[in-house]
Amino acid sequence: MESAGMDWTAIQAVVWTLVKIFALVVPLMLGVAYLTYAERKIIGWMQVRIGPNRVGFQGLLQPIADAVKLLMKEIIIPAGASRGLFILGPILAIAPALAAWAVIPFTDTLVLANINAGLLYVMAITSMGVYGVIIAGWASNSKYAFLGAMRSAAQIVSYEIAMGFALVGVLMAAQSLNLTDIVQGQAGGLHHWYFIPLFPLFLVYLISGVAETNRAPFDVAEGESEIVAGFHVEYSGMAFAVFFLAEYANMILIAALTTLMFLGGWLSPVTFLPDGIVWWLAKTAFVLFLFLWFRATFPRYRYDQIMRLGWKVFIPITIVWIVVVGGMMQTPYGYLFH
Amino acid sequence: MTYTTAIFYFFAAILVFAGLRVITARNPVHAALYLVLAFFTAAGLWMLLEAEFLAITLVLVYVGAVMVLFLFVVMMLDINLEKLREGFWDYLPLAGFVAVLLVIEMALILGSRHFGLDVMGTPAPHAADYSNTKELGRVLYTEYVYAFELAAVILLVAIVAAIALTLRRRKDSKYIDPAEQVKVKRNDRLRIVKMQATQKPGAGEGGT
Repeated sequence: MESAGMDWTAIQAVVWTLVKIFALVVPLMLGVAYLTYAERKIIGWMQVRIGPNRVGFQGLLQPIADAVKLLMKEIIIPAGASRGLFILGPILAIAPALAAWAVIPFTDTLVLANINAGLLYVMAITSMGVYGVIIAGWASNSKYAFLGAMRSAAQIVSYEIAMGFALVGVLMAAQSLNLTDIVQGQAGGLHHWYFIPLFPLFLVYLISGVAETNRAPFDVAEGESEIVAGFHVEYSGMAFAVFFLAEYANMILIAALTTLMFLGGWLSPVTFLPDGIVWWLAKTAFVLFLFLWFRATFPRYRYDQIMRLGWKVFIPITIVWIVVVGGMMQTPYGYLFH
Repeated sequence: MTYTTAIFYFFAAILVFAGLRVITARNPVHAALYLVLAFFTAAGLWMLLEAEFLAITLVLVYVGAVMVLFLFVVMMLDINLEKLREGFWDYLPLAGFVAVLLVIEMALILGSRHFGLDVMGTPAPHAADYSNTKELGRVLYTEYVYAFELAAVILLVAIVAAIALTLRRRKDSKYIDPAEQVKVKRNDRLRIVKMQATQKPGAGEGGT
């Protein structure tokens, strides 16, 4: 009887967790769908075009139409491909993009798993994302896909270091690895947010985030004009769509992390307005807008310039600023960096 | 069997399978990917031991960086499997010796009751808010600071050596210095010549 009762609570806990995961993933996928719409509209306006406007009112049903189209298309597996790995590629791309969301807090109480090493967990999980690209590129057995995979591997490993160092700065300021605590450490209005004392790290994190998600101007892994479409050139239908979903889910994730670590998460910029998820959404949307803006504005980097920027500019900047933060914390002005 | 034990056996089975496939897979890329799986599963097991910092670092460093570079190299190399298998019998005695050592070590741990290792006792589980990372950091930077610094210096020497060994400047390569590119002024590159767009009618040779 005793064990049966325990089983029942265990099952309940598992079901409840599944419900929560569902409640997290469905809005996320909707967000991804409408981020693609927003991207096409915003870049359209920036380039004095109209953007999608045929399906539904103002083109609002365009993402749904795209999804249906991709679902109905055939998934072609090339004859020379490594079959198992070819299918594993997109799965390994989307899994980390979703798994990292487990520790992202939306408000001080609304979080799926409030773990005390949240920052480390996010870094570890996002570092897995590159496998999807590498495996897809290799398993396709195509020159262009392989080139894309190689580029992506070198690029992501390089920028991860700069990103990690930027997060060390946040960790020093917040003195915690828990994402909820990191946001709480920024309480007290706009001037307490970490992007002010950690401004160089904020910039490095944001730009490295663009590079990590393979977005323009760092999208050499795809590089339509040079290597056709890079790692996903052989993918069609839903397999391609999964890569697409992973890229946009990663974008939202990086934007959310930037919001949490540098822009005060769900905290209101002024103390007389209440905190809430609205602020979180607004800030994340703003960072996402920056992503789209970059894409509409900058030409693609040359590959050696990407490597130079990562290794010779960003990593030294982050190391210097970590030393500055550490040194300042020993002085009477240390409170400025908390 | 409790839930934790079930998870342990689940991970352990995957780990043993992945480990076996690392050495039996014919394709080096598949072998490297099984090694990734082995690392990830091992991290899961460490998580069960409440070593969350080590587990996450294993994923971050080995899965996220080392194995990516490893795969990078393995994919680029043209590995001849037949040649690799040539020395199998020559290396067998050495491999057998290592295997015997591993078995003995495992036997020591598994049969700890017979060797008096159980005096160590099972560590008590920590509360949910116990921060493994903080504790590790604290002892690393206080009690073991010299050993830590020593390891850091050795790593630094290794980094410098690795760069020194691979750094060679090719004479025929056109290096780009971005600082110089940024410094360029208009007058260095561009000469503006003022001239009339067209000649006046009647001024040229062909005029009548």
